[in-house]
Amino acid sequence: MKFGVVIFPGSNCDQDSFFCIKDVIKEQVDYIWHQDTDVKGYDCIILPGGFSYGDYLRTGAVARFSPVMQSIIDYAKDGGHLIGICNGFQILCEAHLLPGVLTANDKLKFICKYVNLKVENDTSDWTNLYKKGDVLNIPVAHHSGNFFAETDVIKELEDNNQILFKYCDAFGNVTEEANINGSVNNIAGIINKAGNVAGMMPHPERAVEDLLCSTDGINVFKSLVERMN
Amino acid sequence: MYRVKVYVTLKPSLLDAQGKVVKGAAVNLGYDEVENVRIGKFIELSINENTKDVNTAVEELCSKLLANTVIENYKYEIEKE
Repeated sequence: MKFGVVIFPGSNCDQDSFFCIKDVIKEQVDYIWHQDTDVKGYDCIILPGGFSYGDYLRTGAVARFSPVMQSIIDYAKDGGHLIGICNGFQILCEAHLLPGVLTANDKLKFICKYVNLKVENDTSDWTNLYKKGDVLNIPVAHHSGNFFAETDVIKELEDNNQILFKYCDAFGNVTEEANINGSVNNIAGIINKAGNVAGMMPHPERAVEDLLCSTDGINVFKSLVERMN
Repeated sequence: MYRVKVYVTLKPSLLDAQGKVVKGAAVNLGYDEVENVRIGKFIELSINENTKDVNTAVEELCSKLLANTVIENYKYEIEKE
């Protein structure tokens, strides 16, 4: 499989993602510059975390109009696999490739810590190596991770099994206390209706070896490799 | 030249965490009568007269770029100088 990691001005998890694919997942990976418009030949594109364009205007709002995104929107509409992590998730929402929006955390704090995530969907291209109900320990690092969408959109996400992960406590209970940032229904990660586009605020690429205190994120990438093979 | 004033505000149904904090500060300042504070954005655009249709341009800029209509409302005033 060939992965591509997009670099926007202000991306800062591009190297983590590259390392994860090359050295842990052991698949091919290239960087894609934000000015590039040719995204042919990739089996999966990763929009990494960071602060693209300084988070000016709104998180992800400026990156969404960069040259590479116009090609990536076409790529995703043709069924190409695409995952946005943290700032990448914010960009995907701004680009309308995923529903909803990520607004400032309800306590207006930057949150940087390991959190517990409950696996809600174990059949998607991104989560088929997990089991529904698994509790994962994966870090977050964001100021705007508060997922919001109108009630009918949330219902559609729930009904179509489009929610991948929810913030939970150590025992897998999805509680208000475990909701670190105020997201509707504790939502931490979703997919589009077709299932080829995923977005999540936690950083699976930072939980891929023992040195990083957790390996719980590996299966996000391995699930896709498994599915594609 | 057209001078355009754009106001972007959070939809009323959404909690404005910043506004809530500022409201608390206003009360601390002695203004108990302040009941609510909502914080938004004010954006000024200068658009030259080569534009074919300034209304369409501003409407599209607002809906596609300046505001995220999932959570924000916008309004604008266009003045010709």
